[in-house]
Amino acid sequence: MASIMMKNRQGTSRLTQLCATVLLAVAFVTMPAVLAARAGVDIQEVKSDSGVTAWLVEDYTVPIITVRFAFKGGTTQDPAGKEGIANLMTGLFDEGAGDLDSDAFQQRLDEVGAEMSFSATRDAIYGQMRMLAEERDNAFDLLRLAVNSPRFDQQPVDRIRAQLNTQIQRALRDPNEQGMEKFAKALYGDHPYARRSDGRLESLGSVTPDDLHALHKRIFARSNLHVAVVGAIDAETLKKELDRVFGPLPQDPDLVPIERTQPKLGQVVHHPYNLPQATLQLVYPGLEREDPEFFAAYIMNHVLGGGTFSSRLFNEVREKRGLAYGVGSGLQTSDYSDALVIGTSTRADRAEEALAVMRETISKLAEEGITEDELTTSKTYLIGAYPINNLDSSSAVASTLLELQRDNLGIDYIDRRVGYIEAVTKEQVKAAAQRLLKSEPAILIIGPELKKEE
Amino acid sequence: MNLIPGAVRRAAIAAVFMTVPVTAFSEQAPSVDYFSLDNGLEVVVIPDRRAPVVTHMLWYKVGSADEDPGKSGIAHFFEHLMFKGTTNHAPGEFSARVAEVGGRENAFTSYDYTAYYQQVAPTELRTMMEFEADRMVNLVLTDEVIGPERDVIIEERNSRVENDPSSLLSEEVSATLYQNHPYRIPVIGWMHEIEQLNREDAIDFYKRYYAPNNAVLVVAGDVDPGEVREMATEIYGKIPRGPKLEERVRPTEPEQNTKRTVQLTDDRVAVPSFSKRWVVPSYRTAEPGEAEALDILSEVLGGGLRSRIYQELIVKQGIASSAGAFYQGVSLDDTSFGVYGSPRGEATLEQVEKAIDAEIAKIVDEGVTQDEVEKAKKRYLRSMIFARDDQSGMARIYGSALTTGSTVEDVAKWTDRIREVTPEAVQKVAKKYLDDRRSVAGYLLPEEAN
Repeated sequence: MASIMMKNRQGTSRLTQLCATVLLAVAFVTMPAVLAARAGVDIQEVKSDSGVTAWLVEDYTVPIITVRFAFKGGTTQDPAGKEGIANLMTGLFDEGAGDLDSDAFQQRLDEVGAEMSFSATRDAIYGQMRMLAEERDNAFDLLRLAVNSPRFDQQPVDRIRAQLNTQIQRALRDPNEQGMEKFAKALYGDHPYARRSDGRLESLGSVTPDDLHALHKRIFARSNLHVAVVGAIDAETLKKELDRVFGPLPQDPDLVPIERTQPKLGQVVHHPYNLPQATLQLVYPGLEREDPEFFAAYIMNHVLGGGTFSSRLFNEVREKRGLAYGVGSGLQTSDYSDALVIGTSTRADRAEEALAVMRETISKLAEEGITEDELTTSKTYLIGAYPINNLDSSSAVASTLLELQRDNLGIDYIDRRVGYIEAVTKEQVKAAAQRLLKSEPAILIIGPELKKEE
Repeated sequence: MNLIPGAVRRAAIAAVFMTVPVTAFSEQAPSVDYFSLDNGLEVVVIPDRRAPVVTHMLWYKVGSADEDPGKSGIAHFFEHLMFKGTTNHAPGEFSARVAEVGGRENAFTSYDYTAYYQQVAPTELRTMMEFEADRMVNLVLTDEVIGPERDVIIEERNSRVENDPSSLLSEEVSATLYQNHPYRIPVIGWMHEIEQLNREDAIDFYKRYYAPNNAVLVVAGDVDPGEVREMATEIYGKIPRGPKLEERVRPTEPEQNTKRTVQLTDDRVAVPSFSKRWVVPSYRTAEPGEAEALDILSEVLGGGLRSRIYQELIVKQGIASSAGAFYQGVSLDDTSFGVYGSPRGEATLEQVEKAIDAEIAKIVDEGVTQDEVEKAKKRYLRSMIFARDDQSGMARIYGSALTTGSTVEDVAKWTDRIREVTPEAVQKVAKKYLDDRRSVAGYLLPEEAN
């Protein structure tokens, strides 16, 4: 419960959402037909005069508007030697734009009362703004400046870079960060997915304001942009705002092509460190979002280690043996690679046992598939969880609409998805399990030496 | 790439220096229903009909600060044991039911409360109430389930604390800050005491604290308040009232008159950091207006990009990579106010500490401006409008208020009381409470610094 932890410093809870990050990468499940009518997710496609398309859910219950958008092309676009530049750039959009320098821009943002944030994943640059409806005009104006005319003045560039340097220095001494970095290199070799998104001290140090302007120009365009809007705004008004904010951008980006890659399996990476708790991660093959077996694999993953208190891994590793606080699995579908990732943190002196239990649980699933009962309960879960995980706040709805667009799933996807899940058979799940889980995985161990490493 | 175990660690780090004010909300909020059942259970209903989702939360007025001496961690351990089955349902049956309908569930423990929640479709609300009411009184605890679960919380402690030097230090700072009050003991418990917790402790704790007259039910989401009242009366209402509970009076702090420092060096630390904390009143214990003034003080001093500490240390002097202030006002007893910072580049930790001290001294000596106070108020009021977008967040605001001695009315009037804060009041609480001679400073240092 990370969110609770944030609000109550003293809090501690039953289960941290261990695999939240992984699950986010996973596609969206759909809502049950019986609820669909009441859910009222009436998505409108809004196309502005300049050709910018947004998906809109109008809702006036709370007088706020949430805008979320993404430009394809994330940290993989960092030029060699300038690793970390995209991440640095995302820290600078509220540090001066147009006529407003850093201080003036932030002062204005505070007066208007809007929240603006940008972030970089390996595949896209994301932006989000949440505003009060009554300040719509002023808020969109600031967004327009940030998106079109960021200044990248030397002073804020140096300041944000210095903050990021501290973060990189911290990671250099953190055994978990180091182990993860080693593992990423072993999995992805020379591919950009092997790199840390915040770069290295030297690469970040070499970035100039000109480099930042060049990267901004290459990535921020209209044809690689997706937009989702939720809240107190109608389609006609939104059209005008879309033109104002995104209209001036060039039509096409200038992206470096990235090759598809697959993680290198069948290896053990050990990062030795004398900790009371060892971290284990197993990487198996994944599959693309468009793969015909995707939903069978999705159900298989749910039974194995999906985010509930009743998955097989949760029962075997935690409930029966008390080997770990959290254990889970998730399908990762990135733009250029896929994987099934399974992870836990366990008592160092029982890490070997935990690994053996996990592998046994995985093999059993690969050999025998799932039961009829597991198939049924997985389907009801994956169908019923949709509104709860995707519709309980404006930000959640906006994120959902954006990812649906990024995955090119279509505006009626939510209705179609129920059928896709319901159609999966036990045999298909078994076939998917055999396809993914029969491989020898890549294994990461952070912690003391195990007696026997496979 | 998405690295799974990172999530656990990030949560632990967030727990150390976070300062989101969970205070209350504004008059723009939807109407809230509040009533009590005959058996003493308090009920809050917060309708939010935008999506077919309901958050069902049951809060108990017991937390780690209510534990008996030597039994640290029992409140949290017991929270885990609540998932182990009852005379009516096998272990895991409740969770399986939640999963089957696509629900989300969890529980959490703090110093002053323990809460359990599920987020489900409204059609499942009745079932959730039935399961939750059942485990309030019919829990079955065997040694068979207790052993492995104790191992689980030991691993939880390893994840959150032992694996993270800043969490270790934070525990020690709390243990030093509170000399007598149980807030000095970590919620998760000390390792050597967790290891000794047993079935008898759990049963004793359950019998003492788990009863309708010690609980608050919060239902937020796509529901009709009348229907919730009927349902709650039928399901929770049939549980008999438990024995009268003693008032929650904990040992109080003696007069504090020393400046203390706590230092931790660890090989895993690359960049040093510093924090300083003071014991200050909470919303429940403060003189009228003081807690609100402390909230504004934390915002003006170190609440974000426009705060004095951020502007001075990070932007103007360029000596810190992070720095800020926090105040945790929602607390049954006296709570703490804190500042923190970490150097960047060639700057030293001493420089950062001095610069933060200087900002505090400036407020103590010269006060804050009307403009700063008005902007801080505006940010709080605005955050309460944004808060209405999150139904489970709203449920948490009410649950935490009602289990720490506040009322529904206090929550409703919070924005009005924030509006009344004056610059003079802010200066006054700074002068009264942020006295260096009564502070505890914590230093997290790299190995080579020694």
